[in-house]
Amino acid sequence: MSTTVAVNWAAVEPIIPELLLVGIAVLLIILDLFAPRQRQLLPWLTVVGCLAVGVMVLGSRPAVAFGGMFVIDGYAVFFKTLCLTGVVVTTLMSEHFRRISGMHQGEYYSLLVLSAVGMLIMASAGDLMILYLGLELMALPIYALVGLHKTDNRTSEAAIKYFLMGGFASALLLFGMSLLFGLTGTTDIASIARVIEVHALAGNPALAAALGLLIAGFCFKVAVAPFHLWTPDVYEGAPTVVTAFMSVAPKAAAFAVFGRVLFYGLPELQLHWGPILAVLALLTMAVGNITALCQRSLKRMLAYSSVAHAGYALLGLLAGTTQGLAATMSYLFIYLFMNLGAFAILILLATEGNPRETLDDCKGLAARSPIAAALMLVFFFSLIGIPPTAGFIGKFYLLKAAFSAGYILTVVGAVLFSAISAYFYLRVVRYMYMDEGEQNMVFHFSPGMIAALAFCVLGVLGLGIFPGLLFDWAGSAALAG
Amino acid sequence: MLTQLFFGYCALMIIMSGILAISLRNPVHCVLMVLVMFLHMAGLYLTLNAEFLAAVQIIVYAGAVLVLYLFVLFLVSLRDEIRLNPFVGNVWIGRGIAIGLALALITVLPSFIPGERGDWPLAAVREVTHTKAMGLELYTTYLLAFEIAGLILLVAVIGGLVLARREQGQPPDHEGDEVVPPAHRQLDNNEEVRR
Repeated sequence: MSTTVAVNWAAVEPIIPELLLVGIAVLLIILDLFAPRQRQLLPWLTVVGCLAVGVMVLGSRPAVAFGGMFVIDGYAVFFKTLCLTGVVVTTLMSEHFRRISGMHQGEYYSLLVLSAVGMLIMASAGDLMILYLGLELMALPIYALVGLHKTDNRTSEAAIKYFLMGGFASALLLFGMSLLFGLTGTTDIASIARVIEVHALAGNPALAAALGLLIAGFCFKVAVAPFHLWTPDVYEGAPTVVTAFMSVAPKAAAFAVFGRVLFYGLPELQLHWGPILAVLALLTMAVGNITALCQRSLKRMLAYSSVAHAGYALLGLLAGTTQGLAATMSYLFIYLFMNLGAFAILILLATEGNPRETLDDCKGLAARSPIAAALMLVFFFSLIGIPPTAGFIGKFYLLKAAFSAGYILTVVGAVLFSAISAYFYLRVVRYMYMDEGEQNMVFHFSPGMIAALAFCVLGVLGLGIFPGLLFDWAGSAALAG
Repeated sequence: MLTQLFFGYCALMIIMSGILAISLRNPVHCVLMVLVMFLHMAGLYLTLNAEFLAAVQIIVYAGAVLVLYLFVLFLVSLRDEIRLNPFVGNVWIGRGIAIGLALALITVLPSFIPGERGDWPLAAVREVTHTKAMGLELYTTYLLAFEIAGLILLVAVIGGLVLARREQGQPPDHEGDEVVPPAHRQLDNNEEVRR
C-alpha cells in the first residue's frame, strides 16, 4: 500500500546556509556545556560562522524551493546579508558588554544565532506560513534575550511587555493572513497576487480589512506609530547590546517581509496601502522625533530615534516603486552601521554597576576619550542626515522616492522632522564637547569593540562617499525580486 | 443548520473562556478556563471534518500542555504577583479599539467571498481519511514549515532554560526574578495560593 520514495537531497540545497546556522547554534550550546573554560571562543565562533554563512548566502543562486515556499532572489540575499551583518557586529560588541554587566549566559550567542536563522527564513519566505514561522523563530529568542539580565527589574518588565506585544502583533498578523487565505484560497505570496488580479478582488472590503490587519501586525514588528508604544520601555529595559541588536536586525527582517507582502503579494492594493503608510510614516516621524526631544536617558532617546527612523524607512515602501523599495533597503543597511555604532559608544560608556545611560553621562566625553566622542559625532551626524555621512544619502533617496511618487506632504513632514531631530542629537554632541564631566572614567576598548566600531564608522563614512556600491546592489536586488 | 448552531456555541464559548482566562485572578481558574477553550476548539475542528486535529487538540493541549501548566502553577509559589503598569492609561481606550475592530470586521463580513478550493475538497479528504490526508500534506508540501516549527520548539526550550536559570553569582533568593518560575525557591506546601 504505502510506497517509499528516495529522499531527494538536492531539494535541501537552497536551505544549506540556514542549516549551517542551526548547526552553529547547536554547536555553541554544546561547547558552552562541555568546554566551559573555552567560553571566550564562543563569540569568535559565532562571528566566523555568520561570516561563512554570509559568504554562502552571497554565493547562492536564485532558486525557488519547497514548492514556492522558500525563495532565493536578490531581495532575499540582500536582507540576509543585512541581518547577518547585524548579528556579526552585535556579537563583536557583546563580549565587552557581558564583562561589564556580569551577564554570563552561554546560551546568549546560541539564541542570537537562532534568531538570525529566523531572519534568514523571513527574508526568503515565499509563503505566508513560512513567513509567520520565520517571524516567530526570530522573535522567540529575542524575548528570552531581553529578559536575560535578571538582576534588573526593568529587564523583566521589558521582557514581559515585549512578549505580550509580540503575541498581540502575531495575532493581528495571523488574523489578516487567515482572511487573505480565505479570500484567495492560497498562502503562496505570488499566487495571492495572481488570484487578486484574476478575480478582481482589489476593491473587496474584506481584502481591505485583511490588508489593514497585516499592516497593523507588521507595524508592531517594525515599531511604527501608533503601534510603537512598547518600543521605548522594551528598548530601555533590555540589556544595551540586545537593544542594539533589536533595533537593527529584527527590524530589517520585519521590513523584508513587509516589503515582500506588499510588493509581491498585494501590488494591486497599492492605492490602499500607499496612503495608509504615508499617514503612518508621518505620524511615526512626528512621535519619534518630538518625544525624543524631552528624554533625559540617552538609551531612551535612541529608542525614540529608532521609532523615527522606522518612519523614514517607510517612505521608500509607501512610494510603491522599485526605486522606493531599493531606497528603503539601502537605508536599512546604512541604519545598521550608524545605529549599532551609536549603541556601541553607549556600551563603552557603561561601567560595572553603573550603566551610564543618561545624557549627563556624556558630558565632557571629548575630554576623556576624544576617539569615542568623535565616533559618536560621526554616528549622530549620520542619524541626522548631514552630508558627508551615509545617513544623508540614504535619506535623500528615500525622500526622492516618496517625492516622485507624489507624497509631497509626507516628504515636507519628513524634512521638517529631520530638522527637529537635529536638536536632540546635537544636544548630546554639545554635552560631549562643551561641558565638563567627571574625569575619572577609563575607557577600555576590547578587540571586538574596536572591530565593531571600525566596521560601523567605515560603513557610515565609506557609504557616504561611495554610495553607488550599496545603491546599485539594492536597486538590482529590488528589480530582480 | 445544526452545524451552524454548534459553531456558534463553540465560538461563543471560546471567546467567553478566553476573556475569563485573562481576567480571572486565581491562576488555577485561569488554566481551567483555558481548558474549556481548548475543548471547544476541538469542537470547532470537528465541524470542519478534521477529527484527527480534534483528537490531537484534546490529547496534546487539553491533556499534556494543560497538565504541565497546572504542575508549574503548583510548583511555583505565586504569592508575589507580577504587576505591570498598564500600557495604555485608560482601559476604555483598549476596549474602544477592540470594539471598533470587531465592528469593522463584522461590517466587511458580507463582502467576504471564499477563495478557490485547494487540492483537498471535502470528498477527497473523506475518501483517504483526514489523518492520512494531513500526514501526506504535512510531510510533503509543508515539510519546511514542519521543520521550522520543530526549530521553534528548540528555541523555546533554550529560551525557557535561560530565563529559568539563576544567574551565576546571583543570590538564591533575589527579588528580580519573579517573572521567571523560580524553581529554586523553597516550596511551602502549607501555604495556599490565596487571592
